[in-house]
Amino acid sequence: MLKTTPLNAVHREAGARMVDFGGWDMPVHYGSQVEEHHAVRRDAGLFDVSHMRVVDIEGAGAREFLRFALANDVARLATPGKALYSCLLNDSAGVIDDLIAYFFRDDFFRLVVNAGTADGDIQWLYSLNALAGHGVAVTPREDLAMVAVQGPNAREKFWLAFDETKPSTQALAPFQAARMGDDIMVARTGYTGEDGFEVVFPAGEADSIWRRVVAQGVRPCGLGARDTLRLEAGMNLYGQDMDAATSPLDAGLAWTVDLKSPRVFFGRKALEARGQSHEFLGLVLLDKGGVMRAHQKVLADSGEGEITSGTFSPTLGVSIALARLPKGTAPGATVRVQVRDKELAARVVKPPFVRNGKSLV
Amino acid sequence: MNVPKDLKYTESHEWARREADGTVSIGITDHAQEQLGDIVFVEAPKAGRKVAAGEAVGVVESVKAASDIYAPVAGEIVAGNDQLADAPEKVNADAYGSWMFRIKPDSAADFDKLLDAAAYEKVAAE
Repeated sequence: MLKTTPLNAVHREAGARMVDFGGWDMPVHYGSQVEEHHAVRRDAGLFDVSHMRVVDIEGAGAREFLRFALANDVARLATPGKALYSCLLNDSAGVIDDLIAYFFRDDFFRLVVNAGTADGDIQWLYSLNALAGHGVAVTPREDLAMVAVQGPNAREKFWLAFDETKPSTQALAPFQAARMGDDIMVARTGYTGEDGFEVVFPAGEADSIWRRVVAQGVRPCGLGARDTLRLEAGMNLYGQDMDAATSPLDAGLAWTVDLKSPRVFFGRKALEARGQSHEFLGLVLLDKGGVMRAHQKVLADSGEGEITSGTFSPTLGVSIALARLPKGTAPGATVRVQVRDKELAARVVKPPFVRNGKSLV
Repeated sequence: MNVPKDLKYTESHEWARREADGTVSIGITDHAQEQLGDIVFVEAPKAGRKVAAGEAVGVVESVKAASDIYAPVAGEIVAGNDQLADAPEKVNADAYGSWMFRIKPDSAADFDKLLDAAAYEKVAAE
């Protein structure tokens, strides 16, 4: 039995093609994945991301608990509403999940974690809580739903639908959130490389919120477009670009791991012992002959690598990929990718490929 | 479902049409293009190749996935539609107008053994 979000009926009514996404019945597209992709790059698109889980961390020791639990350091979060991307590491420095942590008060942080890993994350946080002894309350919020409105016109269109949110959200900097009352949160975050908001609200309001945003000409977008958008934006997908066996240092996430302070966090020792064994970079296919896909072999000068995510980039009109490559492989190099029975040339680049509608490669 | 009555079909979602000269034109069905989503790459086989029935002879890739195209009958490839390489989206817009290759069948009777529209509709509905 697949799990459903509060918007399931709305998706079906809109003619969405539904797929099993990690146990959730989710829309992959509503007609054309590519048109949905372009809508987000050029105008505004709306995503149901209610399968992701909100987890609240409350109590006097909330900040200290998260400084222990997360590889990135929430001590950096000084302004209420500020957000931080981080990995949750296991005892061999593999990535249990990647998440966003929002700071609201010293005794109240909010995490947003991936759908497929949510149950495991929560168990993990419970056991870390017992281990760390800060006595925080870890509360999964299955009563909340979440949508993302993304694109150059996303914020303007969202305000047309909900002008009452404008005073408290128009000054939000990127990666910052505002709360309205206890249960509404508007964050200037996303997974597309475009401006926009992620909005958290009580599940019962999902239907009306979705319809009001769509009525402003925001195009419903499925997980298909979400994947091509995030790949162009050079953002990792958990389970594909990294997992419990992968160190964040081998997944291009060194920038999210804070090793400067002497802070003790779970997985740190293993991470330092393990070091970095691979480069994690982007590829742009130079030859015609197919589309790069996950698990294809990459032949570089200093050895073999593997594509972790690959697709056709609707914005660039070529195939792009994220890949784990032999150490020493650098942007600018040309490698060969095994696409079915052919070896095709690809150029190594530093992601992202696209940001705010513009090609960066 | 768009399944023209005057064509033949395969369980692997190709359509086949017998031309006046006895060759058979092959493409993928409307149902197949819909399942694949936005098509971004088509590789048609080259003329002159001898193929067996059920042999993978070409590839269609959408944003989502890659899918082989199979020869419905044994014979010799007499033409590949290279125009689709530059305009793969045509397959989405007009699946039955987008032939991918033509085969000169070893045996004309093989064509008649392919699925008719009614039988294919059942396959596609599964």
